[in-house]
Amino acid sequence: MTTFLKLENLSKAFGAVKVADDLSFALARGEALGIIGPNGAGKTSMFNLITGTLSPNSGKVFFDGRDMTSLNAAQRCRAGMARSFQVPQPFSGMTVFENAMIAATQAAGLRGREAEQSCLKVLDQTGLLSKSNTTAGNLTLLERKRLELTRALCANPKLLLLDEIAGGLTEAECASLVQTIKDIHASGVSVIWIEHVVHALLAVVDRLIVIDFGRKIAEGEPQTIMESPEVQEIYLGIEVDA
Amino acid sequence: MEWLNALVQGTLLGGLYALFAAGLSLIFGVMRLVNIAHGDLIVLAAYLGLSVTTTLGLHPLLALLMVMPAMAAIGYAVQRGVLNQTLGDDLLPPLLVTFGLSVIIQNGLLEVYTADPQKLNAGALETASVAVGGLSLGLLPLLTFGIAVAVIWGLQWTFYHTALGRAFRAVSDNQDIAQLMGLIRHHIFGLAMALALAVTALAGILLGVRTSFDPSIGGGRLIFGFEAVIIGGLGNLWGTLAGGVILGVAQTLGAKIDPGWQVLSGHIAFLLILAVRPNGLFPRISA
Repeated sequence: MTTFLKLENLSKAFGAVKVADDLSFALARGEALGIIGPNGAGKTSMFNLITGTLSPNSGKVFFDGRDMTSLNAAQRCRAGMARSFQVPQPFSGMTVFENAMIAATQAAGLRGREAEQSCLKVLDQTGLLSKSNTTAGNLTLLERKRLELTRALCANPKLLLLDEIAGGLTEAECASLVQTIKDIHASGVSVIWIEHVVHALLAVVDRLIVIDFGRKIAEGEPQTIMESPEVQEIYLGIEVDA
Repeated sequence: MEWLNALVQGTLLGGLYALFAAGLSLIFGVMRLVNIAHGDLIVLAAYLGLSVTTTLGLHPLLALLMVMPAMAAIGYAVQRGVLNQTLGDDLLPPLLVTFGLSVIIQNGLLEVYTADPQKLNAGALETASVAVGGLSLGLLPLLTFGIAVAVIWGLQWTFYHTALGRAFRAVSDNQDIAQLMGLIRHHIFGLAMALALAVTALAGILLGVRTSFDPSIGGGRLIFGFEAVIIGGLGNLWGTLAGGVILGVAQTLGAKIDPGWQVLSGHIAFLLILAVRPNGLFPRISA
């Protein structure tokens, strides 16, 4: 398998706080990678560095054969990466459908009828079709989480970055979400998924990376990683879900 | 009957004020930029109209075909070249830079066109009128009001029914997320300024046909525009039209009492409304 995304010695500090400390890893095309680690370990910051919301103090990001390091968030999005946020951030004054259309037209570059069809398909897939004309600010938390996923998918990404999308869902909702993400992954989209709900994560990902204090402390087969002493130590008594 | 006449004339004058204000409202709505140079840009458009009409012998309304694209191009260039660099969490830098632009435009116009008052010659249109129920309505004020309604409707439609409008609303809602959705903020802001200055071109030409103008009158037009926007409520385009009409009516009714009270009574109406409804009459529902 070819390398699709590569982080090379990424470092980023805010004063004395290191959110990324010489972070390196690679993702193969079509792979699903899980990221775990305690709160404040730098997982979301890593997404910000990948998508261009943060620029690193040093290190490089390569995506789909191109050096992304000097590109801004909009350019990286157009290159094929889309993300969801842990705390949903919809365009709250716009309808669900309009939120989706922004991603379909701006990020995926679709026009008119084609963009509308694509949005309808994704809204159906994420279960928000009946809420299409609801103003995003009026959605429940769960619906907002689905809107995050919807918007990311409407961008027609080659790489989907999910940030704690399963947190706060019921068991049944979580199962349906896992199925949706499996389907997306099966259609050829590479996935990086930050998640505390470990059983959801393990149902999808091929590989796990553990991050703490901005550093990669373990990497490998999901089962091996979960049984390793470092991970046991980090998670024991910290995470109820683990 | 005279009072009714003043009321109707004031309403029609409000159309012109709404055109002054529409560009301001649009810019503030999309990028939270308060454009102090807006009045001078209106005057610049009037002077561009003057150059086109005198050199090519065109009617001012036909000159719009050239002045509107020219102003739109100036808007895009100024936004990309200067104003985008000033936008951020702080409102002060864009305020200072547009104030500087205002000074530059005024002095530039003085240098090129001198301080002599000028007027655009629209021929028979300036004096043509129609009689409606005992009132004599000027064709030009009627046309101005009609254009104002059409412009507000067109902007509203653009905002809610086109991809560009969706992009405007998305960057207005959350710039950072819009960037992550592939929207290039600086380009969208440039387009918003281009659209605003195309509307400003209309306002400038109609102003130049209605009254004489010189390089110094921009400040006054800016105040009228601001007052219309704030009376109507920030971010509400139909409210801006209502604000323009209220200001126009207050001015003509004031002038009816005493000609010297025209501008003053507009300001008093503005202050009264601000005291009673600090957010304007029709603030946008979603904040």
